[in-house]
Amino acid sequence: MPTILRRSSGWPPLHLQELWTYRELLYFLVWRDLKVRYKQTVLGVAWAVLQPLMATIVFSVFFGRLAGIASDGVPYPVFNLAGLVPWGFFAFGLNEAANSVVGSRQLITKVYFPRLAIPLATVLVGLVDLAVGFLLLLTAMILYGITPSVRAFMVLPFILLAFTASLGAGLWLAALNVRYRDVRYVLPFLTQMWLFTTPIVYPSSLVPPAWRTVQGLNPMVGVVDGFRWALFGAQARSSTIAMSTVVALALASGGAFYFRRTERAFADIV
Amino acid sequence: MSTHAIRLIGVGKSYRRGTRRQGYETLREAVTDWMRGLTARSDRLREQSDGLFWALQDVSMDVPCGSALGMIGANGAGKSTLLKILSRVTEPTTGEVHLNGRVGSLLEVGTGFHPELTGRENVMLNGAILGMKRAEVLSKFDAIVDFAETAAFIDTPVKHYSSGMYLRLAFAVAAHLEPEILLVDEVLAVGDAAFQKRCLGRMNDVAREGRTVIFVSHNLDAIRRLCSHAVMLERGHVVTFGATADVIARYLSTDYQRPAPATRIDVSTQPRIGTGAARFVSVCYCATASSAGGQPYSSGPLTIVVEIESDRAREVRSMAVFLTDQFGTKVINADTVHINQTVSLDAGRNVFRFAIHAIHLMPGFYRVGLWLADPVHTHSPSAAYDFVESAFELEVTRDESRSGAGTGALVPCDFDVEALK
Repeated sequence: MPTILRRSSGWPPLHLQELWTYRELLYFLVWRDLKVRYKQTVLGVAWAVLQPLMATIVFSVFFGRLAGIASDGVPYPVFNLAGLVPWGFFAFGLNEAANSVVGSRQLITKVYFPRLAIPLATVLVGLVDLAVGFLLLLTAMILYGITPSVRAFMVLPFILLAFTASLGAGLWLAALNVRYRDVRYVLPFLTQMWLFTTPIVYPSSLVPPAWRTVQGLNPMVGVVDGFRWALFGAQARSSTIAMSTVVALALASGGAFYFRRTERAFADIV
Repeated sequence: MSTHAIRLIGVGKSYRRGTRRQGYETLREAVTDWMRGLTARSDRLREQSDGLFWALQDVSMDVPCGSALGMIGANGAGKSTLLKILSRVTEPTTGEVHLNGRVGSLLEVGTGFHPELTGRENVMLNGAILGMKRAEVLSKFDAIVDFAETAAFIDTPVKHYSSGMYLRLAFAVAAHLEPEILLVDEVLAVGDAAFQKRCLGRMNDVAREGRTVIFVSHNLDAIRRLCSHAVMLERGHVVTFGATADVIARYLSTDYQRPAPATRIDVSTQPRIGTGAARFVSVCYCATASSAGGQPYSSGPLTIVVEIESDRAREVRSMAVFLTDQFGTKVINADTVHINQTVSLDAGRNVFRFAIHAIHLMPGFYRVGLWLADPVHTHSPSAAYDFVESAFELEVTRDESRSGAGTGALVPCDFDVEALK
């Protein structure tokens, strides 16, 4: 059965089974990124703790103490950290994925493999930081006298939701970035706007009830609400979470198809 | 089971003119293009068809299983584009390619090598990138390290490797790939003679094991030794396809300019590879150091003056003038790297004189090539500053002062005869 190469047209299939046969490459790409990162940085894995920790300290002083923003009945630092940890994972994945294809031009112009592996690997790398950040969060909770219940395991589906949203947005941006380098300049601005529309420094309960479902259009709202619900029983609306899930899935599947559609030209224009 | 490893049917590849250089467009251009398109649709259509550049057009051929096919052609003939299509890096614009078997491509050695990782780590990573399974790499690990002769440094980050070591390790991984179809591009253009020989031997083994090899090189000698069949491309078309000797003969019969000695030869428009940051502009040759000298002759001196234009001041370790014979074998290579001389280029125009004291060559026609590169981490000709494979052809005449001596050998030699008791 020969492999036939010809010009593809329209919307090509995702070929996820092919991606699966290249899972070892995916593993090595993740492994490489982790290795290189910890070889080139002095503090290594400590950054995964320092970043959310510093941010929480700053936010706690300015928003928690000085501005006196409510925090769903838990100490503000813990409340804030529960939003920052999944947000950090999302933002890291989004940014790294957006630059991943352009950054791998050397590979793309020389070797064939499913291109989806590139942004996928970069988002997977973030899981390590997320795990470390999550331990920090648990430590902070215990220090503030909050014992997590069995429900804490319910963060897992929300991690999956954050992963889907991050990969989805990342795929769009990665593919657009190949053709339009404007993406590089849009990215910091986009991340910042996204941060403010996500309830990280403020609780979702600050949003008028009528708008709560619409708020879920930002998939990270569902993630952060879900985290706070799972960890300390903060109020979360199922309609918001459902909305976020639908949006994340749409973003990811749309992103994957758009990526596949444009990837045929990557090697020619990157 | 099909007897063809590769079948090409009317394969073509076009690029939009400009996209190859420019790389990417900006959003602004896309938006303005789109708005202009709304008002002047016909304009845009015309522009599109005019702006097409066919790197490859209507290429059809069958490559039988287990054959070694050499691909030759001047720079820009479409060899690399064809390899990119075969290795699935890019899609053909027209036509179809049928591949029977797993394809391993070696378009560049060390693809995906990361300077911070150790030799061992890079072997694993590079193996995965080239499509090997982890278990496969592990089982061949010792053989790879042996082949590369880097066992002592295998746990050192490759950024500390010499360029030779780096190259050997990179080639070693690729050499242990076992695909049914192996594509190789220009890998042998680098490395020392001993290593090149070993690479050739390894590829010979691959071909003998019944696998199909497609080998692109400017080294006609290597192609002759390795390949039973060859194909010659010219401006994206197949010119000849058949037995290697015939194809090479056809390739070499292409006319070249044969300018007279002591005249300025403009090479700025010659086909070439390289970044172009510094490039050869003109050349001049003559037999003696004085610019009035005449035709070079057997065992006589050869002076070559090159004019180089550089975009800024830089140190260059490898500036070379080389001569190839009618079979494409490199017979003389005057490279500054071999005499450990670093060349300082100023921004703008630079002129250098190569004084070769004696060319021990038989009378005949030789092609002159030019090379300018910094050899550290230059693993492919495209990373060189400038590489003109054949700038022009010159004639080496018979040495009149020694007339009468019969030739009949490839290289003349100096010798005496003495009667012994």
